[in-house]
Amino acid sequence: MENEKQLEQFEAKINADSKIEPKDWMPEDYRKHLIRQISQHAHSEVIGMQPEGNWITRAPSLRAKLILLAKIQDEGGHGLYLYSSCETLGISREELIEQLHNGKAKYSTIFNYPVLTWADVGAIGWLVDGAAIVNQISLQRTSYGPYSRAMVRICKEESFHQRQGYEIMGKLALGTPEQKEMAQDALNRLWWPTLMMFGPHDADSAHTGKAMKWKIKRETNDELRQRFIDKTVQQAEIIGLTMPDPELKWNAEKNKYDHGKIDWEEFKRVVNGDGPCNKKRMDNHLKAHDEGAWVREAATAYAAKQVKEQVVA
Amino acid sequence: MTKQEALFSYCLRLGDNSLILGHRLSEWSSKAPIIEEDLALTNMALDLIGRSVAILKYAAEVEGKGHTEDDLAYRRPERKFYNNLLVEQPNGDFAVTIVRQFFNSTFEYLLYEELMKSKDETLAGIAAKTIKEIKYHLRHATDWMLRLGDGTPESHLRAQKALNDMWMFTDELFEMNEVDEILIKEGITVDLNMLKANWSKKINEVILESTLTVPTSTFMQTGSRQGIHSEYLGYIIAEMQYLQRAYPNAKW
Repeated sequence: MENEKQLEQFEAKINADSKIEPKDWMPEDYRKHLIRQISQHAHSEVIGMQPEGNWITRAPSLRAKLILLAKIQDEGGHGLYLYSSCETLGISREELIEQLHNGKAKYSTIFNYPVLTWADVGAIGWLVDGAAIVNQISLQRTSYGPYSRAMVRICKEESFHQRQGYEIMGKLALGTPEQKEMAQDALNRLWWPTLMMFGPHDADSAHTGKAMKWKIKRETNDELRQRFIDKTVQQAEIIGLTMPDPELKWNAEKNKYDHGKIDWEEFKRVVNGDGPCNKKRMDNHLKAHDEGAWVREAATAYAAKQVKEQVVA
Repeated sequence: MTKQEALFSYCLRLGDNSLILGHRLSEWSSKAPIIEEDLALTNMALDLIGRSVAILKYAAEVEGKGHTEDDLAYRRPERKFYNNLLVEQPNGDFAVTIVRQFFNSTFEYLLYEELMKSKDETLAGIAAKTIKEIKYHLRHATDWMLRLGDGTPESHLRAQKALNDMWMFTDELFEMNEVDEILIKEGITVDLNMLKANWSKKINEVILESTLTVPTSTFMQTGSRQGIHSEYLGYIIAEMQYLQRAYPNAKW
């Protein structure tokens, strides 16, 4: 059969670590998995602009304000590359946004937590971007060409964000007692939700099997989570903050940190819509989309008139 | 008033205009009609706040009291801000933001072109750097004036309403006081009256091309040269300065 031969060729390419490109044949499941994963990634970048966006007007120095604005812009830019990557799989940005609005597509649960203080802005850069980098460095080797290339570009910018976030946390942790308290509080609230960003344990992950076989994902959720923990614990120690996990300790035998239990009930609850800010984030996105409809229509109408004039001329 | 005092005051006016408009544009983050516009508006915010850093830094230097640009932005009360009333007006719908930007960028384009020739080298340098950004802001605003004015009936109505609503803040852009008199004599700044005819001509052209009507109302707001603002500025300042005010001994 034609399909079987194509599947064989496809798998041979995957096994040889060649990239799959938009015009190559690919199994429907591969395409579906990629659309789900890349669009989730794109939506996360875009929805992720909201929590930090809360603090643009309240950033405590002009420099901090400029850095934060630039960071949020980078995220919007990442959203755009990723929507474009996803469009190479035969789906439009409008459809992707429609899926976000009707709940079919998800975004990272971390953005459903509130950003309450300036320290939370630092913690997001340090922890959330730090976690995203671990995941994205691994995804630079993903088998789908456009996604892989988007990751290479995005990783460069994310590492700035992580350093900038850590710098904010460092300043607070080494600042006045009130600032240190603010930093510790942010770490306490955001540490566990950050660990959940990597998704369920490998044994419970619905999507890991095929994604690993087809090299969409190159490392498992648990491997990536562990790498993040190992690099972050030391960074906290350097600035004198305490991880909110009494079971966290170095395991010399395994050469890694052991950590306490993640509350997967909370994860499920938030993924399924019952987090502190799920409704707010989606309402904001919908509101901007609806309120912007007349602007998009005006741009379309104007462009159509220009084309008509050109034709007449 | 000494030349130094005039220059300090003038820098605050320029710096505050950039800072407050940048603040307003930054409020568009995650609220724009499409991501591309979200990025465009916040990118302009970035340009404007960046410019305000350069100008307020220079203001602090001219003042000579050991302040920094952050002290000037974060520790001044609302009565000591000198931005034009236009730039502190709320974003409104997208049409209001575009009209506000269009009026302001047309004005800034003419002003900063002159400031590039200023005898004050620092201001001339800042103007030379910033003029490229202003050209982009003006092109962006002009393109949208055309799209909104000549787009759909709804966008046309909204654009016309925005023009009418923002019109009363336009005369103030050209208002001058003792500060201007002193600095014009020194060749540091330009007579704003000389820019007005050109400004009117430019905006009339675009408004007509957009199939919109130039407002005829003669009532004009004033006050910012004396630090008397609309009620909106207090909220901007309160939000912007909150952390610095709440933790006066902290460093960020």
